[in-house]
Amino acid sequence: MHPTRRKFLLAGAASAAAVALPLPAFAQSAPRVVVVGGGFAGATVARALKKLAPKIQVTLVESSATFTACPFSNGVIGGLRELSAQQFGYDKVRADGVTVAIQTATRVDPQARTVGLADGATLNYDRLVLAPGIDIRWDALPGYNEAAAEKMPHAWRAGAQTALLRRQLESMEDGGLMVMSAPANPFRCPPGPYERASLIGYYFKTKKPKSKLLVLDSKDAFSKQRLFQNAWKELYPNHIEWVSLSSGGKVTSVDPATNTLTTDFGKHEAKVANVIPPQKAGRIAEIAGVTNQTGWCPIDPVTFESRQVPGIHVVGDATIAGGMPKSAFTANSQAKVCAEAIVKLLAGQTPQQPKLINTCYSLVAPDYGIEVAGVYHPVNGVITEIPGSGGTTALDAPKDVRTTEAAYAEAWFRTITSEVFG
Amino acid sequence: MKAASGILVAALVLWPGILPAADAPPGATSCSGCHATNAAAETPVPKIHGRNADETVALMAQFRSGSKPGTIMGRVAKGFTEDETRAIAAWLASQR
Repeated sequence: MHPTRRKFLLAGAASAAAVALPLPAFAQSAPRVVVVGGGFAGATVARALKKLAPKIQVTLVESSATFTACPFSNGVIGGLRELSAQQFGYDKVRADGVTVAIQTATRVDPQARTVGLADGATLNYDRLVLAPGIDIRWDALPGYNEAAAEKMPHAWRAGAQTALLRRQLESMEDGGLMVMSAPANPFRCPPGPYERASLIGYYFKTKKPKSKLLVLDSKDAFSKQRLFQNAWKELYPNHIEWVSLSSGGKVTSVDPATNTLTTDFGKHEAKVANVIPPQKAGRIAEIAGVTNQTGWCPIDPVTFESRQVPGIHVVGDATIAGGMPKSAFTANSQAKVCAEAIVKLLAGQTPQQPKLINTCYSLVAPDYGIEVAGVYHPVNGVITEIPGSGGTTALDAPKDVRTTEAAYAEAWFRTITSEVFG
Repeated sequence: MKAASGILVAALVLWPGILPAADAPPGATSCSGCHATNAAAETPVPKIHGRNADETVALMAQFRSGSKPGTIMGRVAKGFTEDETRAIAAWLASQR
């Protein structure tokens, strides 16, 4: 753009806020949205944007050419399914017109509105969406670091860690003690540790009946607690023991050399140790400046725009989303709302007040499913569950409901992955 | 985009032409997390996209009151008013 023309345009804009922002090299004929992170949240945003407004140039930046889904990965650990059933590529995302860059985003410049990639490339954006999921807080649990995770897997980002934990379980001799450490809130997939415990209980009961799982918890309460505990009592009375925070369950350090987890009350040497550590928003969120002191990202619940950095939206596990749990369904629901809001904002309109839904199915055995659901809307800037809605499967539901919900759980996984990746 | 006046600045550049013809009513897009729109997804969960709107409204009312037995839908239906449900049902009817 010619400098004098640029000056004229600035004056014409007649907005102090706009003057403070740098100009693009030239006005774009179509808006550009960059999405970082190709999980349930990011891949959904990218495709939803193209569906709503095909003219938008959407680039999805994702480090891995193959996505490995966390939901149902507990079934892999328990030997009920293979890791390959968790894996999805981006061909269909590309087929929708999304440019997929298999690259790691390493820099964000919110003033220049650019994202830098590890290969040195720079992407310009009019709106940026960060969907980075979680990172492990390697500084939060003494003794637990990336090297320790190779001995005491977290398996909380699905993939090699999932396979490692399964191999350890498979090679454990019958009669062994497995110890799991569950973190304080908030963390990815609130019922996840307990579904995992259930399916390991199932594995022990059917394959290694003299073995036992000890769950050391940094909480006194957890998602679907009574449903899980009733099921454990009924199905795995000899295979699962849960120790709450107030009973001394908080793990204060670990020692990978001896596979020991330490609490204020004692040391537990494990044959297999699964440390589910404290978590935070994925790294790029921190780099972009959208995380706060909690390590997670405060957002506007209507647009999912960062409360801290204009022009950057955050969706999925990385967000502070009020009553909504960090789940794949939540991520998908938020992502569709975010995509609609972005289209409105790019068009100069006001996004509508959204309603969002979450459902989380958990398997406690292959034919025994339970779930929790919730419907949410923004109240005073916070995503809030609508009173009278939501809740869990009935505690006294008959066996056929458990069987039906196990089938629905599997159907849910096929459905959501077909929407996001298929 | 080139407006006649040429008044375009980064934060103020807008693209009103990208807007879709109609908005999905609040909550409507979440349904497809369980109710598949992709025919390839093998599921016992009923298809609701393309279903007659009155039928959806009636079913949701039954789920809400508990007169229709179900697993999860009663608790979801209670999160929506009748007007909201009607809008969602109309939108679903227009979808494939």
